[in-house]
Amino acid sequence: MKQLLSFIRKEFYHIFRDKTTMMILLGIPIIQMVLFGFALTTEVKNTHIVAYAPAFDEASNRIVDRLDNSTFFDVVERTTNPNAIEQSLQKGEAKLVVVFEPYFGDNLRHDGKARVQLIADATDANAATTFTFYAQTIITNYQRDLMGTTQNPYIITPEVKMLYNPQMIGAYNFVPGVLGMIIILICAMMTSIAIVREKEKGTMEILLVSPMKPIYSILSKITPYFVLSCVNFASIILLSVFVLKVPITGSFATLTFISLLYIFVSLALGLLISTVAKTQLAAMFMSAIGLMMPVMLLSGMIFPVESMPLWLQIISNVIPARWYIEAVKSIMIQGLGFMAVWKETTILAAMAIVLIAVSIKNFKSRLE
Amino acid sequence: MLAYLLRKEFKQLFRNSFIPKMLFGFPLMVLLVLPWAASYDINNMNLSIVDHDHSTYSRQLTEKILSSGYFRLTNNATSFKEALKSIEQKESDLILEIPPHFEKDLITGQGTKLMIAPNAVNGMKAGIGMTYLSRIIGDFNAEIVNELVPANRSQTAMPRIQIDSQFKFNPRLNYRVYMVPALIVLILTLICGFLPGVSIVLEKEIGTMEQINVSPVNKALFLLAKLIPFWVIGFVILTFGEFIAWAVYGLVPAGHYYTIYLFATIYIITVSGLGLIISNYAQTMQQAMFIVFFFMLIFIMLSGLYTPIESMPDWAQWIAAFNPLKHFMVVMRSVFLKGSGLADLTKEIWALLGFAVFFNSWAIFSYRKVDK
Repeated sequence: MKQLLSFIRKEFYHIFRDKTTMMILLGIPIIQMVLFGFALTTEVKNTHIVAYAPAFDEASNRIVDRLDNSTFFDVVERTTNPNAIEQSLQKGEAKLVVVFEPYFGDNLRHDGKARVQLIADATDANAATTFTFYAQTIITNYQRDLMGTTQNPYIITPEVKMLYNPQMIGAYNFVPGVLGMIIILICAMMTSIAIVREKEKGTMEILLVSPMKPIYSILSKITPYFVLSCVNFASIILLSVFVLKVPITGSFATLTFISLLYIFVSLALGLLISTVAKTQLAAMFMSAIGLMMPVMLLSGMIFPVESMPLWLQIISNVIPARWYIEAVKSIMIQGLGFMAVWKETTILAAMAIVLIAVSIKNFKSRLE
Repeated sequence: MLAYLLRKEFKQLFRNSFIPKMLFGFPLMVLLVLPWAASYDINNMNLSIVDHDHSTYSRQLTEKILSSGYFRLTNNATSFKEALKSIEQKESDLILEIPPHFEKDLITGQGTKLMIAPNAVNGMKAGIGMTYLSRIIGDFNAEIVNELVPANRSQTAMPRIQIDSQFKFNPRLNYRVYMVPALIVLILTLICGFLPGVSIVLEKEIGTMEQINVSPVNKALFLLAKLIPFWVIGFVILTFGEFIAWAVYGLVPAGHYYTIYLFATIYIITVSGLGLIISNYAQTMQQAMFIVFFFMLIFIMLSGLYTPIESMPDWAQWIAAFNPLKHFMVVMRSVFLKGSGLADLTKEIWALLGFAVFFNSWAIFSYRKVDK
């Protein structure tokens, strides 16, 4: 035991003496959390619109004003030049062109019928469907207001109550995801690179010929990074509560418990990578790039897991971040208790055991 | 001289058994798997209905919603509380509450209210669910009005605006064709940014840097020799990515290949230059990797790859304007889907050229032959 402690102390010195690296390790999560927490949103806002009419009249101007006044759209230009329709889409100046037919206002007033065409840049199919829908809604509302409510008493008004996030703040959606992503990537990178680095430098050899059991040397390597990760976790949580204003609705203890478990899983993953990788370059590639893409895309951080094809949903099961993010959402945003996340907790615990077992088995006590 | 240096660089790269594997394995994995993950397509949202009315209208409305194909009924809850429970257990995504006297209020012309409560933990999904649902309710409402209002009156009194929507460039609204070109950019960035990011530090760590430093090789030439291999690698990856896009997704650029390669030429120099700068400043591989990782993640998240840039706050849009990844992504997406040519992309070409010159002069400037 005393031996283990002195080894752990040695590892601490290793890390804390390298001030630059430490600053980097502690600084990265902070900056990224703030940046992503504020910047990321899947909402469609400020979509650029070009409005075209052979001649603008009162009705068409009113509609364009309404579009402009909504948060969804920014009208960049009202044009009477028909060439601009194609051009603005092609050049990317606008994502949506609203085309009014000739004599739009007159037709509307006299015949009670008028046509308007929405031409959307559908390269981004999701956004296109969404903002086209918004534009349709705004125009339909205009039409409804023209009729006046007195004429049509048979109205069903849908009232919307957004559960858990009534103001639809983007940070609520992204904080759990960013938390899950940053922790797993940093943890896996730290451990895997640190161990492989010792292999490359040859100092690992010295450790291995010592009378220490391999499990102890692994433990002593992981411990300082565990501490470092806890500091990171604390700083991220503080930021999200006080800067991004995402409250922890549920129990803080449960959140901490599952986060520590997750940190452990991530470190174990890094350990496993270090037993496979031969060079620092390979270790970094596997832990940073190889892990980054699946974690971003398959964890449900950005794209909901339920809308993926079944085979991908199955693959996503092995990604620890997926379970952690789900648990954080339940605890932090929905305010549910431990009973709601026991499944996620069990899965993460199982992952931790498997990862540790495999890496100890893989950990060669001799370097070839 | 350059030829010798190049030979050295290529040997260094390919002796590492890991690199050739990665060059093909990584793009293959990313392009085959990930486009399928990137989807907001939501066809089966789980809906919990709380019907307090149990009338003909409320049943008609329920049927209309369920037959739309967007929603699947999880349960008919008796109270809002019960429905909320099913949301907590992740069984349903949204709740529709139909109030008592729904039908009566409607027929007597008092107007009535419905409540839609989506689980907004996932904002995107909540938004889509809400819009689908309110659209169906709107249609239902229109049907009711037609039923209740005498036909002649409704036609004269109601001005109608007919709205036609047209989706250009991607009429089938396939989200994958939007992701694939962007993912190619991503792969290119990760490989051509990460590898140079560590290449000089690597030489520092293994000690071969000293040898270069005492040789008569000049700074710019040395860095050029570092850049050219990544260029070659980048082109190989780009071509391989285009091949997969065609073979798997049937996606060929609507524009010209030469536009893509022209931009790629500038772009690869830009990201590699950025990598070299980091490599110059970092003292150890570990540092270099973390710094590269730091920048890469920011570049990726603020590139518009997943979330639209227009929706970001102004300061984040400013950061995005200085993000080379964003510009190249716009280029690839426009060339692939819109068939844009150089004339449409003048802004991007100047931006990328600017970055390329700036980063690489900085790289040359920051490379010192003498350690201080």
